[in-house]
Amino acid sequence: MRGGGWGRRTLIAIPYAWLLVLFLAPFLIVLRISLSDFAISQPPYSPVLDLPACFGEADLPAAEGEAPDLLSCLGGWADQFWGLVEEWDFDNYIWLTQDNIYWLSYITSLEIAAVSTLLILLIGYPIAYGMARAPKAWQPTLLMLVILPFWTSFLIRVYAWISILKTEGLLNQFLQGIGLLDEPLVILGTNTAVYIGIVYSYLPFMVLPLYATLVKMDESLLEAAQDLGCTRFTAFWLVTIPLSIPGIVAGSMLVFIPAVGEFVVPDLLGGSETLMIGRTLWTEFFGNRDWPVASAVAIILLLVLVVPIVLFQRHQDRAQEAGR
Amino acid sequence: MPEPPVILAKGTGAATAAGHAGTASGGPGGAKVFAPWNDPDAKPLVEFRSVTKLFGEVAAVDDLSLKIYPREFFALLGPSGCGKTTLMRMLAGFESPTHGEIWLDGKELTGTPPNRRPVNMMFQAYALFPHLSVADNIAFGLRRDGLPKGEVAERVEQMLALVQLHGLATRRPHQLSGGQRQRVALARSLAKRPKMLLLDEPLGALDKKLREQTQFELVSIQERLGTTFLIVTHDQDEAMTVADRIAVMDQGRLVQVAPPAQIYEYPTSRYVADFLGDVNLIEGRVAAMAAENARLTWCEGRPDFTCPANPDLKPGDTAWFGIRPEKVAIDKDMPPDRPGQNAVEGTVWDIGYVGNLSTYHVKLDDGQMVRAQVANRVHLARREISWEDRVWLSWGKDDGVLLAR
Amino acid sequence: MRRFTWFNATSITLGFVFLYLPIILLVIYSFNDSRLVTVWGGFSGRWYGEALRNDAFLSAAWNTLQVALVTATVATVLGTLAAIVLVRGGRFLGRTLFGGMVYAPLVMPEVITGLSLLLLFVSLDVPRGLMTIMLAHITFAMCYASVVISARLVSFDRSLEEAALDLGCNQFSAFLRVTLPNILPSIIAAWLLSFTLSLDDLVIASFTSGPGATTLPMRIYSQVRLGVTPEINALSSMLVGLVTVGVIVASLISKRAETRRLAAERAAR
Repeated sequence: MRGGGWGRRTLIAIPYAWLLVLFLAPFLIVLRISLSDFAISQPPYSPVLDLPACFGEADLPAAEGEAPDLLSCLGGWADQFWGLVEEWDFDNYIWLTQDNIYWLSYITSLEIAAVSTLLILLIGYPIAYGMARAPKAWQPTLLMLVILPFWTSFLIRVYAWISILKTEGLLNQFLQGIGLLDEPLVILGTNTAVYIGIVYSYLPFMVLPLYATLVKMDESLLEAAQDLGCTRFTAFWLVTIPLSIPGIVAGSMLVFIPAVGEFVVPDLLGGSETLMIGRTLWTEFFGNRDWPVASAVAIILLLVLVVPIVLFQRHQDRAQEAGR
Repeated sequence: MPEPPVILAKGTGAATAAGHAGTASGGPGGAKVFAPWNDPDAKPLVEFRSVTKLFGEVAAVDDLSLKIYPREFFALLGPSGCGKTTLMRMLAGFESPTHGEIWLDGKELTGTPPNRRPVNMMFQAYALFPHLSVADNIAFGLRRDGLPKGEVAERVEQMLALVQLHGLATRRPHQLSGGQRQRVALARSLAKRPKMLLLDEPLGALDKKLREQTQFELVSIQERLGTTFLIVTHDQDEAMTVADRIAVMDQGRLVQVAPPAQIYEYPTSRYVADFLGDVNLIEGRVAAMAAENARLTWCEGRPDFTCPANPDLKPGDTAWFGIRPEKVAIDKDMPPDRPGQNAVEGTVWDIGYVGNLSTYHVKLDDGQMVRAQVANRVHLARREISWEDRVWLSWGKDDGVLLAR
Repeated sequence: MRRFTWFNATSITLGFVFLYLPIILLVIYSFNDSRLVTVWGGFSGRWYGEALRNDAFLSAAWNTLQVALVTATVATVLGTLAAIVLVRGGRFLGRTLFGGMVYAPLVMPEVITGLSLLLLFVSLDVPRGLMTIMLAHITFAMCYASVVISARLVSFDRSLEEAALDLGCNQFSAFLRVTLPNILPSIIAAWLLSFTLSLDDLVIASFTSGPGATTLPMRIYSQVRLGVTPEINALSSMLVGLVTVGVIVASLISKRAETRRLAAERAAR
C-alpha cells in the first residue's frame, strides 16, 4: 500500500470509523452519563446528547488551552466552568466513596483476578512447557485440545461446574464414596468456587501464548547453558523462564484484565458475599436501574485497568513489529 | 509455431578480450565486438540521471548516473547495504527516486506503477505463488495482459522448454527443488518478453555447484533471447562469470563501471581492487611521473618501484601500488635484473595451503606484508620454500596498478 | 534433542483431565434419566427430546443463529480491512489510536463493553433488538478477526505481492489474486471464531438486546440461575457436541492437506 491514494484512505476509514462510533464514542457517553444527575438520567432516559447546551462556548478555550488565551478569557471562562460542574455533578462518584460495597468490590475483584492469574500461570506453565517439548507429531493435536474449550461456550463450561461443586454434587459424592469425607464440603457459593471457575475458564488463554513462545525457543540455548555449567534446573530458570517472559506477560494480561470485570463466574459459582465489580455493576444496572452510578462504576473500573491495558497494547505492538 | 528465439552474435569471450586490452571498440582481428558503451552513438535502453534515493536522512542511492545498453548483461555488484537493490527496485517501480530521473527506452518512468513498466523482475527468494501451479505461475503475467488462451498456453510451453522444465507444469512450487524453483521464477519473469529482466540475487539460494552451472545457463538464455539483463549480486565470481559489464557500488555511488577483465586488471581505486579478488596494497610516495611509467618510493633506502603511470598523480603524492598475489613471483635467490622488473626481499611469515594453490605471506623488511600466490605444481613434500626463509619477490612493471585513492 | 520427561507427560495429562472432565461429566449426566441431575437414574435420551421440543429454546436458538451468521460475516470483512490497515497501512494520523481500538476489546471486561454500547444505542435512540446485538457483536468480533488475520498477514511474504505487481496486477488485483488465496485459511478461522464468539456471548447481548430479542445464552442463563436442570444439560451437550465435531472436522481437513503437502515435498527431493 504505497502512496496516499484515495483507495488507501477509504480502506483505513471504514474500520476506523466503525471502531470510533461503536467503541470509542460509547465510552465518552458513559463518562458523560456518570457525571449527570440521578433524577434526569433515570430511564426512560431522555436527553443525553445535549452536549452543546452544557459545553457551549466553554469548549473552545478549553480545547485550545494556551496560556495567553486562558488568561485573557479567564473571567468568563471560569464562571462557565463552575457552571458546568454544577450541572455535571460528581455525586455518583461521591456516592461510590461513601458506600463500602463498591470499595470492597474493586478490592475483591483485583485480589481474585491477581490470585487467579498467578494460579493459572503456575498451572499453565507446566502444561505449555510439556506441550512445547512433546514429540512434533503430537503437537497439532495437543494444540487443538487446548483450543477446543476456547470454542465451546464459556457459560456452559462454568455451568458444568455447578453440578460438580454442589453440596450434593459429584465431587462430594466421589470424596464421600471413597471414604475421604464424612461431611460434604461446601464449595459452591464461596470464593473457592469462584477461583476454580476462573482458573478453569481462563486456563487456555494462558497456555496458548506460553506455548507459542516456548515452542519457538531454540533448544541449543539450553544445551549451551548446560555446556557452560548449568544444571537442567538452573538452565530452565536462567534461560527458559527469561525467554518466555513475553508469553507470560501476554498470558497474564489476557487473563487478569477480563477476570477483574468477570460477571458470569461470580454470579453462577459465587455466593452473596462474593463481591466482584462486574457483578456489582450488573446489579446496579439491571437491579437498581441506576444508570449513572453503573456508569461511574464502569469508568473507575476502566481507570483501574488502564495501566494493564496499555501494557498489553504495547506488548501486542512489539509482537507485531517483531513478526514483520 | 512460435517464432524461434533470437540468436545473437555476441561473444562474451570477445568482450572480455576487448576489456582486457583496455582499448576502445575493435578487438583482435578487427572482428565486431559487443561493446556499445564505447560507441558514442549507441542509444541506451536504460538511463539513470542523477538519481538519489533518501530513506529518512540516509541516501541509499546518491546522485547516481548510469547507462545500460540493449542486449547487455549488466551486473550491479557491491556489499549488502550499498544501494544496489534500491537501484533495481526503483527501476522495477517498487521505490521512487527522491531526485533525478529514470529513462527506459526513451520514456521517463517516474509515476508509472510497476504493473505498467515493460520490465520484469526475478525475486530473491523467487516469490513463486504457492497457490498456483508452475504453469499458472508462468501464465500469471500473460493473463493479466489479456492474451488469448491459446497464445498463453503456447507461451507457457515455450518458456518451460527454455528452462527445461517439461513435465512439471502441474506441480506446485513447494513440490519443486530449489533449482527447479529458480527456473520457474526465471520462466515467469521472461514470459512477458520484458524489455529488461531484473534479477535480484537470483542464485543466492542455490548451493555452490548448482550455482556455477546455473550461471552459464543464464548467460546462454540471455544470449539466445537477446533480452537485456540487470543482475544484482554481492558475489564477485557470479558477476565476473555472467556480466558484460560490472558496476561496483559503494554507499550509494558507482565506484567503477567496466567489463569484468578490465575491472579486475585495472581497478581505479583500492576499494574496487580489494572488493574483487585479492590484492596487495603497498603505500608509498610518487617519486617521478612520466608518460608511460612512474616511480614509487615505498621504503627509505630501498630501490623505488617502477609501475604504470597514473595521470591523476604527480610527484610527492601519496599513492598505493596494487598487485594481485598471483602476479608476484617468489624465489629463494635474487632474480636476474631485467629492465622494468621490481624485486624485494623478505621473510616467509606464513604459508596458506588450499590444495591447488599456496599463498606465501612474506614480511618485507619495513614490516609490510605481501602475499604471493603460486600454483602447486610439485608435491607439497618437495616444496623449496618454508617458514622463516629469506625470499625474493618480483614482478614486471606492468603487472600492477598505481592507485590514487 | 528435546527430552520429553515424565514430568512433562504428567503435567499435560493432568491439565487436560482438568480441562475436559467437567465437560465430559456434563455430557454423561445429560443422559441421566433422573430429574435430580446429580443422582444417576439410568440411561435415557429423553431430555434431548424435551429440549428440542421447548419452543423458548428453539426461538432463542434461531435468534442466536441469525446474529452469529451476520456477525461472523460482517466482522470478518471488517476484521480483514482492519488487519490490512494494521499490517500494511504504514503511518497515518491516529494509527496508535486505531491499534488501541483493535486490541483493547480483546481484554475489555464485557460488562463495560455492554454498558457503553447500550448507552450509545439509547442516546442515539436506536430501537434495541437483534440488530443492536449484531452491531455490538460485530464490534468486538472484528477485533478478534483482525488479530487472527493480521498474524497471518505479518508472516506473508511481501515479495509475492510485488511479483504480482511486476507481472501486471494493480494493488487491488494483486491482493485479490495473490494475497487473499494465501491468507484464506486465516480468514476462514476468523469467520469461525467470530461465529462462536457471537454464539457464546451472554453479557454483551444481555445489555444490548431488547424485547423479544432473547439469545440462547440469555435463555440458558435465566434458567441456570434457577438451578441445574436436565434439559439444560442436554442442550449444553448438544452445543458442545456441535462445536467439537466442527472443530475436529476442520482440523482433520487441514491436517490432511498438510500431510499431502509434506508427502509431495518429500517426493520432490
